[in-house]
Amino acid sequence: MAQSSGTQAHTHTETQTHTHTETHTETQTHPLSTYLWIWGWLFVLSTMSYMVDIFQLQGLLRWSLILIFMMLKAGLIVAIFMHVKWERLALTFVILAPPIFVLVFTALMVAESDYTHATREVFLP
Amino acid sequence: MTASNETLNGSGLKTFVADWSSDQRSFKNVPWAKAMMWIFLVSDTFIFGCFLIGYMTVRMSTIEPWPNASEVFALEIAGHHLPLILIAIMTFILISSSGTMAMAVMSGYKKDRKTTTILLLITAAFGASFVGMQAFEWTKLISEGVRPWGNPFGAPQFGSVFFMVTGFHGAHVTIGVIAILNIARKVWKGDYDTGKKGFFTSQPGRYETVEVLGLYWHFVDLVWVFIFALFYLW
Repeated sequence: MAQSSGTQAHTHTETQTHTHTETHTETQTHPLSTYLWIWGWLFVLSTMSYMVDIFQLQGLLRWSLILIFMMLKAGLIVAIFMHVKWERLALTFVILAPPIFVLVFTALMVAESDYTHATREVFLP
Repeated sequence: MTASNETLNGSGLKTFVADWSSDQRSFKNVPWAKAMMWIFLVSDTFIFGCFLIGYMTVRMSTIEPWPNASEVFALEIAGHHLPLILIAIMTFILISSSGTMAMAVMSGYKKDRKTTTILLLITAAFGASFVGMQAFEWTKLISEGVRPWGNPFGAPQFGSVFFMVTGFHGAHVTIGVIAILNIARKVWKGDYDTGKKGFFTSQPGRYETVEVLGLYWHFVDLVWVFIFALFYLW
């Protein structure tokens, strides 16, 4: 009886240790080629966004190209270099959901600065 | 037990719900320091987000013409007029430093002490040269008469936005360089192999620290991506 409970306790500890290591050993190891590829892409995308200025593209084309290259670069850095692609969903949402409010704030301030601009056009000489 | 193991090792929306509805910690399999760094970075995102929104607001609402960044940041090199050249070089340097940092994190997890130290030192050197170029850029603009309250090129808000946004970013880079040098020293000494306790945290040293440091450094690079696009190119 004592022996059996002893074995049971032992098994229990083993399970605990097992779970313990499971929750701690998730390290981010990825092959070197992954990082080199992303590095290369970031170089290409940066060169392309610099080209937008060199060729003096203007108007909607300029703005959309700048934003596209910016979002692609940001996405690569966050997903691969910062390992968010491989993180648990619970953490990923904490990282990616709050910045949505920055976009809401941006929309509010676009309306506000349009109003300020219109007021200045009317009341400043 | 079986059910909890399933959600612990699984992936997808089920784990998200299970993690957030559990009575224990929410960030399973995530080291404490990494979760804390991410929460700091999210808060820092809001700080830089507010700066860039402020920049957008003053640029959209001013009735004076906004200075042409392409010309303001142009340089004469060997008789050639190169628009925005210094900023482009700074961008490539910061991206390269992110690459070496990612590789340092990788070698850290392989417990390759020497390679990790060398890669961290290269990253720090890139970062320091970035700050050096920024100091050069500030000096040039200040000598041309750019001030936080006005400048010879157009809308006075240009100066205040420039000094505040690049200043805060430069401060982040500087702090990053100091942190990298400190962590490189610890890697070289072997603190993360022996698990020596940290001076401030009293936590045993682990190679995860290099990844957490990497997160900060990549974030600094990330912020520059937005500043480069929205302030210098727009």
